[in-house]
Order: sequence, then C-alpha cells, then structure tokens
Amino acid sequence: MSDQPAQGRWAIMLSLLAALMLNIWPLPEMAQLLRPDWVALVLIYWILAIPHRVNVGTAWLAGLVLDALTGSVLGQHALALAVLALLVSGIHLRVRVFPVWQQAITVMALLTVYEVILLMVEGATGQLHNLEWRWAPVLTGTLFWPWVLFLLRFLRRRFNVA
Amino acid sequence: MASAFSNTRNPKLFGTGPSPLIRAGMLALLSIVIIALDHREGHLDRARQALSVLTYPIQLMVDLPHSALERASESLATREYLLRENRVLQERQLELSARTQRLESLEAENERLRELLQSGARVGERILAAELLQVDLDPFRHRVVVDKGSRDAVYPGQPLLDADGVMGQVTHTGLFGAEAILITDPSHAIPVEVNRNGLRTIALGTGDITRLDLPYLPNSADIRPGDLLVTSGLGMRFPRGYPVGTVTDVRRRPGETFAAIHAEPTAALNRSREVLLVWRADGTPFERDPLGEPPLQRDMRDEESLPGDDSPPPVPPEEPVDE
Repeated sequence: MSDQPAQGRWAIMLSLLAALMLNIWPLPEMAQLLRPDWVALVLIYWILAIPHRVNVGTAWLAGLVLDALTGSVLGQHALALAVLALLVSGIHLRVRVFPVWQQAITVMALLTVYEVILLMVEGATGQLHNLEWRWAPVLTGTLFWPWVLFLLRFLRRRFNVA
Repeated sequence: MASAFSNTRNPKLFGTGPSPLIRAGMLALLSIVIIALDHREGHLDRARQALSVLTYPIQLMVDLPHSALERASESLATREYLLRENRVLQERQLELSARTQRLESLEAENERLRELLQSGARVGERILAAELLQVDLDPFRHRVVVDKGSRDAVYPGQPLLDADGVMGQVTHTGLFGAEAILITDPSHAIPVEVNRNGLRTIALGTGDITRLDLPYLPNSADIRPGDLLVTSGLGMRFPRGYPVGTVTDVRRRPGETFAAIHAEPTAALNRSREVLLVWRADGTPFERDPLGEPPLQRDMRDEESLPGDDSPPPVPPEEPVDE
C-alpha cells in the first residue's frame, strides 16, 4: 500500500468532509426532516469499494467528529457508524456485485440498523423525541444511494483510489 | 458467520491486527463508555473542546456561502434602499433613546427603594454581540452555533438573548465558537414569572419553535392570555427580568391537577442572526454570583435575622451529645 498515490487518500478525506458538511447544511424545515445520513452513505460506499483502507476505525472516527459537529451525545454516531461499518465489511464481497437496485435495498437495511442504534442511544440518554419522522432519512438515503454510488465511483476511478 | 467478517480480500492485511469483528467490538465498548461519561455531564468537555478545533472550521465553511451572500447583498444594495433603511433606523434610535432616559431614572429609583429595603442592589449587565452560524445541527433538537467562544470568555450556562427576549443558554464552548440550546428544545426548562403579578413557574420547551409549555400551574392560578413571562432569576442561570414569552392560551381543566397553559417565545428564535451574550457588569458569570441566591430567600432572611448574622437562626445547638 506504500505505493498508493497521495491523492487517493485526499479523495476519501474530501468526500467524508463533504458528507459532514452536507449533514449540517442549512435547509428549509421540511427538508431537514428528510435529510439523508450522508456520512453513513459515503462510508458504506468506501467500505464496499476498498475495505482494506476504509474500515471500522475510520467509521468510528468519522462518527466522533459527527457527534462533536451536531452536538449529540459524544459516541452516539461513532457507535452507530462502527456497527454499520462492521456489517458492511462482512457482506461487501456479495453486495459489490449486486445490481444497483439490490444494493439500494441492502443500503436501506443497513441504514435502518444505523437509525435503530441512534434511537437506542437516545432512549438510553433520555432524549427520545419525534419518533414519527425518524424513518424518513432511511428512505431518502436509499433513494440517494445510486447517485452517491455513481459520483463516488467516478471519483475513485478518476483519482485511481484502490 | 465469523468467516463472513474476516477480511480475505487483501492478502497483505490477512492476519495482521485484530479482525473487524474484534475491532468493532472494542470500539463499540469504547463508544458506550464515552456515551456514559458524556451523558453524566462535564466529564468529556475537554475532549469536546479539542474536537471543536476540527468541527468549528467545518461549521464556518457551511456558513460561508450565507455570510458571503449577505455581504454581497449589502454591497449591492441601491442608494435609495440604504437611505430608507438609514432613516428608519434613525427614527427607531430616537424612539429607543427617549425610552432609555425614562428607564435610567426608574433604575435609580429602584436602586434607592432596594436600599431602603436593605436588599442587594442589582447591578447592570455586560453584553457582547455575536452571530449565529447558519448550520442545522439536528432537526429534532433546537441547538445553534454562535461565533464567539471561550476566547471571548463565553462559558457554559451563559444566557443568550436577542433584541426581543431570551433565546437560550450556552451548552458547550470551543475556542472560537460555542453551542447553545434554545428555550424551545424539548429538554430545556427556564424559571419564569408572570410580569403582572410575580407568579412563578417553569416554562418547558416543546420541540415546536413557536411554543413553550407551562405545565405546573394549578387551575386556580392567576394567569391569562396576553400575560408577559419574564425570567425570575431563580435557578441562577438567567438574569432577572428579561422577557421570555407571551401566554397564548390557558385551558383550565376541571378534574385535572394542573391547567394546560402555552406561551409563545418573544425572541425571534428562528429568525435572529444577531444575538447577545450576557455577563454581570464586572464580567463574571451569573451562576458563580456570590449574591446569586434567589432574591426571595435573601429578602426573607433580611427580615428575620440581624445584619451580619449569616447562619440560619432556628438550628438547635448540637454540643450536648458526648460531653
């Protein structure tokens, strides 16, 4: 891996940074509820594509930054993203060859697990509110998956990240 | 099952370091420990401050297009528009300074009366203007980011106001920015009193940016729609007498212990970009105020004890146990 070009790492970092920024980008109130979990989507892609470089540790660190960024309980998103990363790295060989729509369904299942972990932490720390809108990000995340896939695949090929 | 989690794709990494399953397990345990420590407030404030060095630039970057747009629209404004705005502002300034004149004499009178009552005079407050960053933190919780941090002596628990009333309080501070919770956040409560008669209660956030809940008043309480709620100064977080909300509806429910009362915040919680941070006049935080005990208690003690007598009188002597 020592012969990897440096820009490969930058492509990963920049895509994660963009996802973090999109997660707090100001939106109208209605659209806020529908905001997909960009960080989770981007991490799912990178772990499917290059699990030997982006793995559970990366996901955990990204989650910790996301926690600090959104002011949630420190460790909440870190836990959820680490578990998500573990699941993805377990099935990446199969999911990678799925057609896009089957991938999207897998992503929906993964995002549901992610959301359930977030809910469990919120329940444990006594901050459970507004349950009826909690599943909207799962649906929008699934709908956005093909675009995330095409964009990041383009990025990966363009900068030769392997 | 376990074989599904071991990474067999890259032979270079095969067998080096713990498997993803073990690593994830350790990180999950670590996260749970962190969650527990952070939830029991304050244990991880240092870590949060360190992380804010990383996150504040991200928040600034997200805010950048909006502040740039604002600046651009300012520099592109037409001459007539600026003149009109200037005129309106001047009129408003005149009106406000006229009102302030009266306020100053009232303040002096209030201080004289308080001296007569031998209760501590309330001194003024120091105020710093700050700006909210345009970022969405979490749609279900009402949190905002301001562009002043511990470098400007902002402290956790500090009151946050706008031109019309109380907005909330600071929860975490970084070096350059701070995060604040709004009074309408479902986990926020603020001690208030009815301005008309001094009736004290607590206003809870509802998660709805236009509504506060007053669940602890009995059906017989003297409160009606239109009443102004101001901070009571109890709880030692907020200075006394700032407007919080206006009562919008009062439903007295026979058979229930408490009435259902709602209020609307006076501060423009979802519109203000300019906000104010408040200190005591000498720059010290409100909560470490040596005189910051509830005014009611202090007044009562002044009545029933001699000057200079600090211990409460009704405590019985406790020597004759072992002599």
